[in-house]
Amino acid sequence: MEFIQQLVNGISLGSIYALIALGYTMVYGIVKLINFAHGDVFMVGAFIGFYAITFMELSFFPALLLAMVACAIFGVLIERIAYKPLRNATRIAALITAIGVSLLIENGMIQIRGAQPEAYPNNVLPADSIDIFGVTIKSQSLMILGVSLFLMIVLQFVVHKTKIGRAMRAVSFDADAAKLMGISVNNTISATFAIGSALAGAAGVIFGTYYTKIEPLMGVMPGLKAFVAAVLGGIGIIPGAMVGGLLLGVVEGLVSASGLSLWRDAAAFVVLILILIFMPQGLFGKNRREKV
Amino acid sequence: MAILKKVKGFWLSILLSFVLFIVVQVLISGGYLNAFNTNLIVTIGINIILAVSLHLIIGITGQFSIGHAGFLAIGAYASAVMSMMLEVSFLSALLMGGIAAALVGMLIGIPSLRLKGDYLAIATLGFGEIVRIVFLNMDSVGGARGMMVTQMTTWPWVFACLLVTIIVIRNFTNSTHGRACISVREDETAADSMGINTTYYKVAAFVIGAFFAGIAGGLYAHNFYIINPSTFGFLRSFDILIFVVLGGLGSMSGSVIAAILLTLISSFLSDYSDTRMILYSIILIVTMLYRPQGLMGTKEITSFFKRKTKGGMKDANHQTTA
Repeated sequence: MEFIQQLVNGISLGSIYALIALGYTMVYGIVKLINFAHGDVFMVGAFIGFYAITFMELSFFPALLLAMVACAIFGVLIERIAYKPLRNATRIAALITAIGVSLLIENGMIQIRGAQPEAYPNNVLPADSIDIFGVTIKSQSLMILGVSLFLMIVLQFVVHKTKIGRAMRAVSFDADAAKLMGISVNNTISATFAIGSALAGAAGVIFGTYYTKIEPLMGVMPGLKAFVAAVLGGIGIIPGAMVGGLLLGVVEGLVSASGLSLWRDAAAFVVLILILIFMPQGLFGKNRREKV
Repeated sequence: MAILKKVKGFWLSILLSFVLFIVVQVLISGGYLNAFNTNLIVTIGINIILAVSLHLIIGITGQFSIGHAGFLAIGAYASAVMSMMLEVSFLSALLMGGIAAALVGMLIGIPSLRLKGDYLAIATLGFGEIVRIVFLNMDSVGGARGMMVTQMTTWPWVFACLLVTIIVIRNFTNSTHGRACISVREDETAADSMGINTTYYKVAAFVIGAFFAGIAGGLYAHNFYIINPSTFGFLRSFDILIFVVLGGLGSMSGSVIAAILLTLISSFLSDYSDTRMILYSIILIVTMLYRPQGLMGTKEITSFFKRKTKGGMKDANHQTTA
């Protein structure tokens, strides 16, 4: 039963990875940039949710919404200040800037409120346990799975059925051609950052309520692993990010279940290196050769 | 004549560096430098070795690797195990550290054949983390508690390693092989079609860079009394990356200068580690926004002393970095 228990935990964790991975994959699909700061937006979201619940005494869903809105604005600010001037720079310059932004957010947060961890209030969601054949499932994990799935469905709708979603797909396919067709590339990129960051903010609040401990450096590992998830599913592909996130969570759950929980973080990177060597296009991607 | 001039310049810089060595040695043995400042000089030396070895991988060959702390860790642990548990001499412990890191560098170089740019960056970052987690879980080398190491690193050792690193990497860069590496950096597909064995040069850069990072690891391990997996996280990799980027991708003297400057700054800010990291990240962002080629671009410090000849003498590598 321990096995299934870990599997359930893995799926809960995986849905958080999936939410962060969606932002990565959307941004990468459009500007071809690994937004290292994305994991830190996740951290900021967790803190906004925390302060919203403790100081403003909001309940879970308003806090979630507030964190999403604030993170969307934050994400757009990052894009406008740090990434937009580098639109035509080399990929490596953009990547280094992203690393710099990530370090700045982390250490800025430490500077503002100190490095000490904070405990999330644990009464924001009903903490019942459901017993199914000896497997205890916390109602919280069902709740976060539900919220994650709902957000993913909303995103899928936005990307495929709305005007901005169509613009996003067009820009990611060919930015120059999209510009010729009258699409504002800058606004579309900002919208992508806003949506991705909002999802990361939501993931932060969900992470906080589920794991109860948040700290300024908490975004680093989930951020990297969400990137692994995005690569696993095929970067730039939205369903791929979801499946990749869930799969990675399950892998980690299984590694923990086999008694190697100290190796959990290594497992994610081994998965990354294996997938990059054997299937660099990811599970859902098509193989494209570089043209000379 | 030109060759004679070049050779003369080489021996002149060797002579100058020996003068520097003797001056520092006299200062240390004469007791003019306290333990803090001596340690600072050793740290600067180690950081220069790291910066120059990463410069070969990123600046010359254009392989964006951000897992350099992994090589550092392997060198540190391998040499510490050699000198502490197998009790070999310090020199062979250092060499073993370098060789161990070079072997792993070869292993990492092989996947890098299939990866480019961002993907290689994230894969090497993952590699660095895997190395750290492996050492964290190895109880034979102390696990999370760390490993006790005798202090053996002295200024002459650091100087010797530094000199060898700089001469080897400088001569490699200026050789046919170095040109081939630069062509891989500029345009891999074009280099390949010109008959350059890109695979070979990418792996070679990884192996050489990793070897010297391993040597630096050995020096580092024997400088303090304890080594600990937590000091080899990816923040350490980013530190080394910042030396190379700030100095200018493709400029060895640039990375040396940046390593000296930033080590000095961070040692004076060591009481305020958060401020230090904020300063670092702002330096990184502002450099990328306003001077993406770094302090020195791809120029070397020697090119400032050269007289301009008619027709414009071409320096070693005046191209842009991809």
